[in-house]
Amino acid sequence: MERRAILQELKKVLYPYTENKELLENIDENTSLVKDLKINSANLVDIIIDAEAKYNIEIDFDSAEKIITVGDCINAIAEKIP
Amino acid sequence: MDRRVVITGLGVVSPNGVGIPAFLSAIRGGVSGIRFDPAYKDLHFNCQVAGMPEFEWDRLKDYVSEITFHGLQGHALGYGIMAALDAWTDAGNDIGARETIWDTGCVFGSSVSECEVVKKIFNRVDAGEAKKLGSRVIEQMMNSSITAYISGRLGLGNRIIATSAACATGTQAILMGYEYIRQGVAQRMVVGSSEHVDPYIFGAFDSMRILSRKFNQTPQRASRPMSETAGGFVPGSGAGALVLEDLDFALGRGARIYAELLGGACNSGGQRNGGSMTAPASPGVIRCISDAVANAGIDPRAIDLISGHLTATAADAMEIQNWCLALGRNGRNFPPVNSLKSMIGHSLSAAGSIESVAAVLQIVHRFIHPNINLEDPNPEILRQIDPDCLPVKLVEKELRTVAKANFGFGDVNACLIFSKYN
Repeated sequence: MERRAILQELKKVLYPYTENKELLENIDENTSLVKDLKINSANLVDIIIDAEAKYNIEIDFDSAEKIITVGDCINAIAEKIP
Repeated sequence: MDRRVVITGLGVVSPNGVGIPAFLSAIRGGVSGIRFDPAYKDLHFNCQVAGMPEFEWDRLKDYVSEITFHGLQGHALGYGIMAALDAWTDAGNDIGARETIWDTGCVFGSSVSECEVVKKIFNRVDAGEAKKLGSRVIEQMMNSSITAYISGRLGLGNRIIATSAACATGTQAILMGYEYIRQGVAQRMVVGSSEHVDPYIFGAFDSMRILSRKFNQTPQRASRPMSETAGGFVPGSGAGALVLEDLDFALGRGARIYAELLGGACNSGGQRNGGSMTAPASPGVIRCISDAVANAGIDPRAIDLISGHLTATAADAMEIQNWCLALGRNGRNFPPVNSLKSMIGHSLSAAGSIESVAAVLQIVHRFIHPNINLEDPNPEILRQIDPDCLPVKLVEKELRTVAKANFGFGDVNACLIFSKYN
């Protein structure tokens, strides 16, 4: 799947964890989940669990720990989907 | 000078009314919130009726942030959040303060974690999928989850304490809040309790054979405190909350004052002298009521209404006897007594706070709510008090003081004395 397509889908995963929905409109691969989107760091695990369920994949703990930006998220997902 | 404690806010989620206006109308009208649930029949329960609030889960979106709402589960948590936040706004306060409110705390109780929610955890972990539980499970399984949500939403920075004392939980939580204000620890306390009886807890009570089982076809008649045909309690669910406030603090901010909490007491019979895990010892109950009256500094003859524990079990007659001995009043000299449980069942931990909300409403609106299902008073009770002490219809009456007590498993007792604010 194309990275841009994953990014569009990822917005839906991030939606329930983002207080200010407008911030989601203009995200790109460099957007930081915690610093820019103000997502509670405790919720990062929920985002990973939701992404796993959405794409029917498993993201291991080590890959998950590297996720800081939207681009990192896309990397973790793109690696796993065929 | 001694600090006085007043009630400035109320909130309630009750089987016969969600929110104060609906609840007030229901208790005035003697409206039952008890309904038959076919699920209990399918589970082969002896008791197939319960008092469940008509709670619209999505309404919580108005109470917590969208992020908090996403992934929130557990009815008791939902009821507690709604009741507490309603009480807070009812007291004229805003939700979501920018800064921590250091002078205000919270004592909120519950009795058991919700088994339906716990079951989901068991299933995940047993299937080797602990990884999928996510970040929101622990915060909702903590015994302190309700106080954590309430205090977090309101920004409360004083004592934040989650309590548990079985059926005395609500009454005890209110007393603790009162004591913190009296001691000068806090200016305001959000106090209350919450309960959701899910099928697992329901089943365990059903197995003890202490639930009402002969009125499954006529649910509204099933909860019959003080009646000769009382055959056990009807499980109820919900939450009640009050904002307690130092009088001077309340006057200083121009708050509306509903009533005064004059005092109270809390003790245990020690599971001696007839007391046990499940039965209260009379000496403990009598002492608790007497101590509450003394602590409030009133003459027992000034009590105009007793809001009893009175669950509709064999213990009702003993409870009336204990009140007679503690107050030194009987026959025609006994005050009117009512049991809200006739309308909503016994909501365990939440009973004390919902009944306290009812007690305050009866003082404010000058009435005594009826005991429904009391067309056949227990003769053992009538040997001690006059039939006129058991109102079966709404009584419009000015009330000076109301005594409210609850007694719980573990032989724990709690009694509060509310009064009109003068």
